Amino acid sequence: MSVEAEPMPQTTGMLKLPATAVLLAGLKRRALDVARVIVPPLISLAVLLAIWELAFSGKGASLPPPSKVVADTWELIAHPFFDRGGLDKGLALHIFESLKRVAVGFSIASLAGVLLGVLIGSSSLAYRGLDPIFQVLRTVPPLAWLPIALAAFRESQPAAIFVIAVTAVWPVMLNTAVGIRNIPQDYRNVARVLRLNPLEFFFKITLPATVPYIFTGLKIGIGLSWLAIVAAEMLVGGVGIGFFLWDSWNSSLISEIILALIYIGLVGLLLDRVITWAGRLIGGPGTF
Amino acid sequence: MNRPYLQIDNVGMVFDTAKGSFTALVDVNLKVARGEVISIIGHSGCGKSTLLNIVAGLTRNTSGVLLLDGKEIDSPGPDRAVVFQNHSLLPWLSVYGNVKLAVDKVLSARMDRRQRHDWTVHNLELVGMGHALDKRPHEISGGMKQRVGIARALAMEPKVLLMDEPFGALDALTRATLQDTLMDIQAKLGNTVIIITHDVDEAVLLSDRIVMMTNGPSARIGEICEVALPRPRRRLELTENPEYLRARGAVMRFLYERQRHPKAA
Ligand SMILES: Nc1ncnc2c1ncn2[C@@H]1O[C@H](COP(=O)(O)OP(=O)(O)O)[C@@H](O)[C@H]1O
Ligand SMILES: [Mg+2]
Repeated sequence: MSVEAEPMPQTTGMLKLPATAVLLAGLKRRALDVARVIVPPLISLAVLLAIWELAFSGKGASLPPPSKVVADTWELIAHPFFDRGGLDKGLALHIFESLKRVAVGFSIASLAGVLLGVLIGSSSLAYRGLDPIFQVLRTVPPLAWLPIALAAFRESQPAAIFVIAVTAVWPVMLNTAVGIRNIPQDYRNVARVLRLNPLEFFFKITLPATVPYIFTGLKIGIGLSWLAIVAAEMLVGGVGIGFFLWDSWNSSLISEIILALIYIGLVGLLLDRVITWAGRLIGGPGTF
Repeated sequence: MNRPYLQIDNVGMVFDTAKGSFTALVDVNLKVARGEVISIIGHSGCGKSTLLNIVAGLTRNTSGVLLLDGKEIDSPGPDRAVVFQNHSLLPWLSVYGNVKLAVDKVLSARMDRRQRHDWTVHNLELVGMGHALDKRPHEISGGMKQRVGIARALAMEPKVLLMDEPFGALDALTRATLQDTLMDIQAKLGNTVIIITHDVDEAVLLSDRIVMMTNGPSARIGEICEVALPRPRRRLELTENPEYLRARGAVMRFLYERQRHPKAA
């Protein structure tokens, strides 16, 4: 248990020179590794931008080339946080509003998804009773829920959140259920020998054994949430990146649309990474 | 004669399968004394695991009775700790955490926090894993995983230690050191052990008696071979020992003459 507190070996001084060389070699290897990851996408990005620039820089092109996008939207890029009241806000504030809706809707979906998943994963009666219904409901496209949600809630905000929740809940639920069904018989036998009661079994075996599956579901769910929110906001309005997109279209500001698309993509990627990271943190390095 | 510690009386097992009923075991009778090491040997598929799981209570026998220390076995419990062939450590817990889970559950009535911690570490040190308390199962070798599995089982202070081919998946050298560890611990603590093996040398080296099972279906105990070798046993000294060779020969003849595996050519 105790950490050995041996004095540093005498040879440290002698090793100094080689140690520096080793350090440098290590740095070089790290730099190469980083380059290997970063350089290829940078090259393909440059090629893509060049093609785009060439294809759309002629007169009468239907879309602006990248240089024009940047020039047109420079005010928006440079001032993401401006707020002139009402709906006239910086892009960061729009995205922040959308993220808040996603946070609420996705939290509801996660909680409900895990609970339902545990239910149909551990009770075969519940599975037989509920699975056919879920299989039908989960094929309903997110936006198809919007009219019924607007009718039920009579307000756009909770309706948008409902659409997110109902979109993200299925992958969380189904993956959780699969995880529970896949708990190895060995773990169950260990629990039986130890005489764990159902509550102990749930917290000490079921939940940790299912964490990787739950996070797979959450990862799919967060991506779907982000898809759904942008679409829902285009229809219901209010501050949000989806509304911004629709507003730009109505004002024929194509450059702003393109900028919004890029931001939507980047935020989507970020959300995916956050869930992956959280999964690794909770489930250990083997989770993904 | 003393009442046997573990008594298996006319135990039979019929499985209900999709293709009808399958009789795995018939009329198994065995008496095991306290502190005795019994090995069960037989060709694969004859019903060794089934018998062990019945003693563990993980499988309910369809006929017969089992008594351990005067009480009928009808469900699993920590007094019959099992070491599974594939270690079955929980991958999200550390080496320490895996043993501690068992200690917390089984011994919390008797020990306070401090004592449970000490007992956990003590058992891991007993199997030579005191240096790897914070490692996760995927970070240690197969032999080490089995050591942790043994520590977890021992920590429950079982009346009988049940081992299902515990060293079957290990290479020969690792297997030999684990056999020695097991013999050392058993000599120190006097555990009653039932160990399944398909390795004749392992059976002779470890056991006081070797239970040989006939081929299934409807497997039963064919013969029982006493191994009258003094302990401690040293594998090198045994290679020429006449009693060792006699026991080894008896088991070999049973397995390869009288119970030639139907599938073996
Ligand atoms: N749960 C079960 N249902 C049906 N048949 C089983 C079951 N468990 C084991 N068996 C059958 O019982 C026989 C003995 O199996 P097992 O005890 O695992 O053999 P061994 O451990 O000796 O290799 C095999 O033919 C096996 O197919
Ligand atoms: Mg077996």
